[in-house]
Amino acid sequence: MGVYDFFPEYEVVRNDTTCVNCRVCERQCANGVHSYHPEITPARLLADSTQCVDCQRCVLLCPTKSLKIVQSNNTYKLNNNWTKKEINEIITQASTGGVLLSSMGNPEPYPIYFDKITINASQVTNPSIDPLREPMETRVYLGSKPEKLTRGPDGKLQSNLGPHLALAMPMLFSAMSYGSISYNAHESLARASEELGIFYNTGEGGLHENFYRYGKNTIVQVASGRFGVHKDYLYAGAAIEIKMGQGAKPGIGGHLPGKKIVDDISRTRMTPEGSDAISPAPHHDIYSIEDLSQLVYSLKETTAYTKPVIVKIAAVHNVAAIASGIARSGADIIALDGFRGGTGAAPTRIRDNVGIPIELALAAVDTRLRQEGIRERVGIIAGGGIRSSADIVKAVALGADAVYLGTAALLALGCHLCRACQTGKCNWGIATQEPDLVKRLNPNVGYKRLVNLMRAWQHEIMEIMGGMGINSIESLKGNRLMLRGVGLNETELGVLGLKHAGE
Amino acid sequence: MVKLKPMSEGMVRIPSGCAISGMFSRNGKRFSGEDIIKSIEIMHDRSNGLGGGFAAYGIYPEFKEYYAFHIFFDDIEAQRRCEAFLDKHFEIAHSSEIPTRHVANITEQPLIWRYFVLPFTSHYISKMDEREYVAQCVFTINSDYKGCFVFSSGKNLGVFKGVGYPEDIARFYMLEDYYGYCFTAHGRYPTNTPGWWGGAHPFSLLDYTVIHNGEISSYDANRRAIEMYGYKCALLTDTEVIAYIIDYLHRKKGLTMQESAWVIAAPFWQTIERMPEQDRALHQYLRMAFSALLINGPFSIIVGFENGIMALNDRLKLRSMVVGEKDDMVYIASEESAIRIIAPVLDKIYAPMGGEPFIATLNGTEDGYGSI
Repeated sequence: MGVYDFFPEYEVVRNDTTCVNCRVCERQCANGVHSYHPEITPARLLADSTQCVDCQRCVLLCPTKSLKIVQSNNTYKLNNNWTKKEINEIITQASTGGVLLSSMGNPEPYPIYFDKITINASQVTNPSIDPLREPMETRVYLGSKPEKLTRGPDGKLQSNLGPHLALAMPMLFSAMSYGSISYNAHESLARASEELGIFYNTGEGGLHENFYRYGKNTIVQVASGRFGVHKDYLYAGAAIEIKMGQGAKPGIGGHLPGKKIVDDISRTRMTPEGSDAISPAPHHDIYSIEDLSQLVYSLKETTAYTKPVIVKIAAVHNVAAIASGIARSGADIIALDGFRGGTGAAPTRIRDNVGIPIELALAAVDTRLRQEGIRERVGIIAGGGIRSSADIVKAVALGADAVYLGTAALLALGCHLCRACQTGKCNWGIATQEPDLVKRLNPNVGYKRLVNLMRAWQHEIMEIMGGMGINSIESLKGNRLMLRGVGLNETELGVLGLKHAGE
Repeated sequence: MVKLKPMSEGMVRIPSGCAISGMFSRNGKRFSGEDIIKSIEIMHDRSNGLGGGFAAYGIYPEFKEYYAFHIFFDDIEAQRRCEAFLDKHFEIAHSSEIPTRHVANITEQPLIWRYFVLPFTSHYISKMDEREYVAQCVFTINSDYKGCFVFSSGKNLGVFKGVGYPEDIARFYMLEDYYGYCFTAHGRYPTNTPGWWGGAHPFSLLDYTVIHNGEISSYDANRRAIEMYGYKCALLTDTEVIAYIIDYLHRKKGLTMQESAWVIAAPFWQTIERMPEQDRALHQYLRMAFSALLINGPFSIIVGFENGIMALNDRLKLRSMVVGEKDDMVYIASEESAIRIIAPVLDKIYAPMGGEPFIATLNGTEDGYGSI
């Protein structure tokens, strides 16, 4: 065994000729990578790459651009079976005896179906529409459609719609709990949602008392640990989400370490300070679909049928059948989370091996609900791997009403996907509770960046829709003829319900 | 359905450009098909000889209580099988070949017959209403009886259509000999060669006839929604899907024709927000309840129904359509010339706004059932 387990995968490279020893990097790195050494001549900063997570914080704050992080070219003898990753993981587990932990979404090279789908545009027989000159509607209502119409004695149609969520554009910020991410991150998401006319989601961590004012743009989550759930909380949000599963870790609960349960977080979660908050893998009052229906109606009764109820599930193999059951359970909206969805911490083996891609899950669910004639009973939100406005257009055309965005929102806030959230030492002030780090994320800047990103995507969606000759997002929903597969086999095309390009 | 030729209707989706025309007497006064022929003929250049057709309301007063089935047969054998089905499900009051004359440009015509029928009450009375039963029988023939296609199934109305220029089709069917209070006409300009008579417009189910100019970009969203309600879109044409949406909203859901139009070509949200409270609530409700049935992309359509006619453009008015009125007569056409040729002097003529339905009904009647 060596002095350390293995050579770092990423190396910190400093240009000593341009470095001015200002020591910003040293102050910025919560992982202690950089250290100043006056004892050596000339006095200079050194870096311990073994501690580096490649979060890019020091690189981007270095005033003289003297730093970069590079992938190490140190290598084991090449082996296509025993890759560096496999070897290093074994070494780590042999050293620690622990379960490997990871953060953010599955990074493994599975097919990305969004990248094998192309979008249609109008030519000749049908004019494209210029969104700068004509109205282009991206508003979405999420909820259950009525099965029967009723008229009053005057012959006028009576509104018998259940509660709906009105979104100015087909995007929502997905569940990220206060605890897993910081107060400032939550404030940024809440304020951006308010300005954009969309929603963010509390995740399983309760709702901080300061954020009740954003309630009409908040989805409050009820998960297996029931942390932070009480009547005022349920009433505070615009909708209630029951979290049955998460794409990054289907079948697995959650674990927020006691050291993150400090002050406000403890109060908000309603759990003791310093004690671990463990969300069980299943809801212990839901062992089957009929139990889920009871929880759906318990929440509806509690809130006097004024809030739509979302049921969020991870995309697993029989997702279509599960979704069909949920659509009949009284839920108003189903959220599907694909296996590329992010997480603050998950066992690596689970994250990288369990679940299925959102594109296939979404298509399968939409198809199944239509076959059973119950697609209109529920709204569908797709999440877990949505990276751009083009992905959103494709998801909607495959059958989603709207999409959940988690990773993309964090990237807008400064995240660089170093995938070390589980350490709690996020240098960007997002996935941390250390006050010095949290304050690095300025919510005044953070919310604005989220607004910028969503507005930019909204514009892009409008451009793409206009090109297709569609001026309302509801005419895109499930409009699979607007998509073609490129390089997909027949089974894949069959599941996605798409024709191949050229057909 | 008839045997499909390569690249014909139902195998590929064929976009079309078109000419449409319609005329309607609010007094229910019957007039000859001569006028509609003149009207559609002047728009000759908007068609390419690959489809033409007409709907005529009020032409069968002697059989007005009976459903008038117009059916294409590929051959005698297909006809025999279909007639066996009709015998089993309907009382047939009268049947005959539809009279046609030889027209040089019209070729490859199928056998074209009509049957005046009434369903056997005992077959449906405990299960569904009469119209639903008739509609299901039509679906069954069209999907399961190879070489047979029911292209007209309403009471006191008839569809006449085929492959050719509309004026040739009219002469072929001797349309000038029919007298009705409402006629619609369609000249088709498909971008492909459908070569099948059933694919021409109007598309019809029960009392509804639809003619359509345009290509809808929401096709698959609409198709997948309407198929969920039990319709089978076999032809892959926009017109078929529009006809089913109208049947669903008007007949099955009990919306008025006006309300149906508000679903199909819904006002923009920004318009709805400026409406007075009550209208706003209604439009918001219709858009939320039937979001999947919004029809997007360019279209002008003329819908004939039991006691009226409706003309509607897409919300952006991406297809031309004008409405003229003279006394009790209403004229609708793709081009003003098609109205002026038959009614040079009009009380008024105007182009309805995009998404603004024009509806005319027989005096003293309404445009819907008003009950659910």
